[in-house]
Amino acid sequence: MTFKESAIKSIDNLKGSIPIMFGIIFLVSMISVYTDGNYDSFFIGNPLLDPLIGAISGSISFGIPITSYIVGGELLSEGVSLLAVTAFILSWSTVGVAILPLEAKYFGFKFSAYRNTLNFIFSILVAIFTVYTVDLLKIWF
Amino acid sequence: MILFNPENALLVWINFLGFLKKIIPILVLVLFFMTIVNKFLTEEVIKKHLGESRGLKGFFYTSIAGILISGPPYILYPMLSDFKKKGVTNFHLAVFLYNRNIKIPFIPVMIFYFGLPYTIVVSIYIIVFSYFNGYALEKLVKE
Repeated sequence: MTFKESAIKSIDNLKGSIPIMFGIIFLVSMISVYTDGNYDSFFIGNPLLDPLIGAISGSISFGIPITSYIVGGELLSEGVSLLAVTAFILSWSTVGVAILPLEAKYFGFKFSAYRNTLNFIFSILVAIFTVYTVDLLKIWF
Repeated sequence: MILFNPENALLVWINFLGFLKKIIPILVLVLFFMTIVNKFLTEEVIKKHLGESRGLKGFFYTSIAGILISGPPYILYPMLSDFKKKGVTNFHLAVFLYNRNIKIPFIPVMIFYFGLPYTIVVSIYIIVFSYFNGYALEKLVKE
C-alpha cells in the first residue's frame, strides 16, 4: 500500500466517525451550559460510587475512543474525579451494551456476555490502580 | 423555556467552537499516525502473527495486534470471527479486544487531556489486565 492509499484509507476511517464525534461534542457543549458544570449531582465524590457511575455511563455509550477522551477531559475540567473519568473512558471502548447482539452473533452469547461483564469490572479496577499509581508517582517524583 | 433561551444557545455555540479549535489540530496528528499504521500493517502481517502461539509470545503478538489494528466493530468482528475459525483461541480474542483500548493514533489526545504519566500508566495496566481477561475467558468459556 502506497503512502497516498494509506492516507486515503485513514481519511475514510476518520470521516465515518466525524459526524458522531461532532454530535457528541455538541451535546457536551449543550449539557455543560444547561447544567452549568454541576456534575456533582451525578458524581458525588464517592471513591467507589463515582467509578461505578463512570463505568455505567461508558458502557451505554458508543463511538471511537477519541470521543471518550474529549468527553472525559471535559468532565475532568468540570471537577469530576479522575477515577470516574478513567472508568468511563475504559468502559467506553471495552464494554458495548449497544453492540452486544452484534458481538454475540460472531463470537457466541456466552463469550460476549462474560467478556462484557469482565471488562466492566476491569474498567473499575484499572481505574483504581491507575489513579493510585499516578498519585504515587506524583509523590515520588 | 430554559431550552429556548437565545443567550444559552449562543453559549452552546461558543463552547462547541472552542472544543473544535482544541480538537482539530489534534485530529490532524491522529490522521498522520493512522496513515503510518495503515501503511505498515497489512492483513497478511496480522494473519501471520495473531494467535501464533499460546505462550507469552502469542500474548505479545496479540496485544500488539489489538493495539495497532483499528476499525469499527462491524468490520473487526467478522474478521476476528474468521480468524477464530482458523484456530485463534478465546484467550487471543479477549486479549486482542481488550487491547483495543490503546490506540497509537489517539495517544496524543490522551496525553493532551490527561498527561504523559497517566497515559503510560493506564496503557501498562490495560496490557496487564488484558492477560487476566484472556485467561479468565478461556477458563469460563470452554471451546
